[in-house]
Amino acid sequence: MVVNHEDIISHIKDNVGDVLKVIPDDYGVLIAEVSVHQVYKLISFLFKDLNYKFNILVDLCGVHYPDRKGEELGVVYHIQSMSLRTRIRLKVFVPIEKPEVPSLTGIYAAANWMERETYDFYGILFLGHPNLVRILNMDEMIDFPMRKEFPLEDPKRRDKEDFHFGR
Amino acid sequence: MSSQVTITEAPPGIEGQGFFATKLDQVVGLARKNSIWPLPFATSCCGIEFMSTMSSHYDLARFGSERLSFTPRQADLLMVMGTIAKKMGPVLRQVYEQMAEPRWVIAVGACASSGGIFDTYSVLQGIDLIIPVDVYVPGCPPRPEQIIDGVMRIQDLIGKESIRRRNSDEYKQLMEEYMIR
Amino acid sequence: MRTNLEYKAEFLNPDMPDIPYTTLNLGPTHPATHGIFQNILKMDGERIVSGEQTIGYIHRAFEKIAERRPFYQITPLTDRLNYCSAPINNIGWHLTVEKLLKVSVPKRVDYMRVLVMELARVTDHLICNSILGVDTGALTGFTYVYQFREKVYEIYEEICGARLTTNMGRVGGFERDFSPKVFELTRKFLAEFPKIWRQFESLLSRNRIFMDRTMKTGPISVERALNYGFTGPNLRAAGIDYDLRVADPYCSYEDFKFDIPVGTTGDTYDRFVVRNEEIWQSLSIIEQALQKIEACEPGVYHADSDRYYLPPKQEVYRNMEALIYHFKIVMGEIEAPVGEVYKAVEGANGELGFYLISDGGRTPYRLHFRRPSFIYYQAFPEMVQGQMLSDAIVVMSSMNVIAGELDA
Repeated sequence: MVVNHEDIISHIKDNVGDVLKVIPDDYGVLIAEVSVHQVYKLISFLFKDLNYKFNILVDLCGVHYPDRKGEELGVVYHIQSMSLRTRIRLKVFVPIEKPEVPSLTGIYAAANWMERETYDFYGILFLGHPNLVRILNMDEMIDFPMRKEFPLEDPKRRDKEDFHFGR
Repeated sequence: MSSQVTITEAPPGIEGQGFFATKLDQVVGLARKNSIWPLPFATSCCGIEFMSTMSSHYDLARFGSERLSFTPRQADLLMVMGTIAKKMGPVLRQVYEQMAEPRWVIAVGACASSGGIFDTYSVLQGIDLIIPVDVYVPGCPPRPEQIIDGVMRIQDLIGKESIRRRNSDEYKQLMEEYMIR
Repeated sequence: MRTNLEYKAEFLNPDMPDIPYTTLNLGPTHPATHGIFQNILKMDGERIVSGEQTIGYIHRAFEKIAERRPFYQITPLTDRLNYCSAPINNIGWHLTVEKLLKVSVPKRVDYMRVLVMELARVTDHLICNSILGVDTGALTGFTYVYQFREKVYEIYEEICGARLTTNMGRVGGFERDFSPKVFELTRKFLAEFPKIWRQFESLLSRNRIFMDRTMKTGPISVERALNYGFTGPNLRAAGIDYDLRVADPYCSYEDFKFDIPVGTTGDTYDRFVVRNEEIWQSLSIIEQALQKIEACEPGVYHADSDRYYLPPKQEVYRNMEALIYHFKIVMGEIEAPVGEVYKAVEGANGELGFYLISDGGRTPYRLHFRRPSFIYYQAFPEMVQGQMLSDAIVVMSSMNVIAGELDA
């Protein structure tokens, strides 16, 4: 069953308000930017809404744009409606000084680890998360490794020094 | 199909009627090398190749090491297979420390030997940074034949090892370098 | 005797007096956990009250590496996600890049990919189910069926030269055509494997001991499974016929006829049976793929897109354009469009997604792997709550958590 993007957009407009800023996409997916204050309201509406029932959080990940002032860090949500087999992609951007995004753990149980992973990689704070601690990296780490300025290689490593190569 | 059982050759020695004299080192080495109890420390892809090595097709049991020892206390050979992240490093070290002497270590695969393709902030660049390694098996992942070859190299090492090696100053110094008590 | 559910209800009762619980540390190196992850379980005797997992013990920073590598160098990384079925990951990544570049591939390539992916699915389910047998005390089945994994490896070797981490195919198709030996070996596999697999099934699936161990252990309801983002066999065992091969067909899966097996309770036994049945369906798909490849025009094994697919070597020496494209592709300087795509394939464990943001550079700006193991493993404490410790091992085994995919 193919769902028209306009239907979803107008349905959201009628019920939640004018919250979507639709980003055109070449690949036929509904992508929209939402402000951080309205994202929880919007997603919980979409989750409960009987017409669409976006009941699966497919994916949640962070993204870092160092050049965009005031909206450096982003969170990308992929949510899916199992009954209609349709997906939408929502984006939220926050400034790096105050990276606070509401947590979706109250809606989707799957969001728990995904948000912990995003916190671990980008340092985005999910407000209301029950256990926002590092998940993949070591607890002692202070940096957020997926931010663009963080080097890929271990800065403390010794095995690539010129000394070893006779230089 | 007739079955063929090969018996290990006796070490060189003096043989006469009713007696056989040889060096204790060689007898102990012979016994040790053909009854290794490996501890598979399998973390990722190489562990799956190790499963192939253990299972019916390649059958590591032919080399006297079919008895996997999942507890470090009773293991002779630590086989580290797969990426060791920095988070895993202390665990690996603890496992090594728990093993009783004499103990040997194989680093199976590129990741365990040198970090492999994962030249990143989170991966330990070779387990020889934290524990001494006897044999490195290259490959990403190595084929079961290579793992078997690595085990045979370890067998050679074990067979030739002097029983006093673990008490030697050299060995103590090596342990000191790794700060293993 | 109280059922697990009654037991569970009792624990949730706040008025209950305090019981001294013991804490049990399962992992990170425990022979029964296949892979490296830690479960700290709160136990009341032999019953599990609650659990908490620690993961990340083989975190290798795939996503960070992917931001520094050209597109074709990311294929070897995807091998190491779910190393039990590496070709599915490879092809999923190729499909993602093809979607970004808007390259369409010929039908024959699609069928060749389907052939490889279904072989990978067979081996993955084979390993999961036979290891489940080992965990319930039946080692024999494992030693028999594992032989056939080697047979599939032989097919992989014939296709790409590698056994486990295959790095198979290229963006736009395969690096070379399948040799006749591939089809010969596949036919041989199709002829020999069902007999052994039927024996394996008859050994376990109606076995009283096995059924007692696995039925009603680690069940999950449909609602919770959906809420936890389950996909793949684990979701189908709970009772939803959701399969990306049908819901969002890729690689011409719509041309194939196959059933989606569905369970009812989502317990360990259902997961086992669903995976068994999927192996039979995969074998049927492989059979169909062989026929369809035969019906296609021979010799077509890549997309006709010289900008993105490496030109033949003799062309590189003679033709300037071919030389330029060869250089650009090898150096990773292909002109990728600016945009973002999400492409998912039905991996052996569930939906394996690739979210790729491209800024037009030689590397992805951001690549996120949606790893099914990572997402469904968080449901583990809920699934084993109120059950026995030995059940927890079986549940973990039947969920098929692959550490490489879990930690990325």
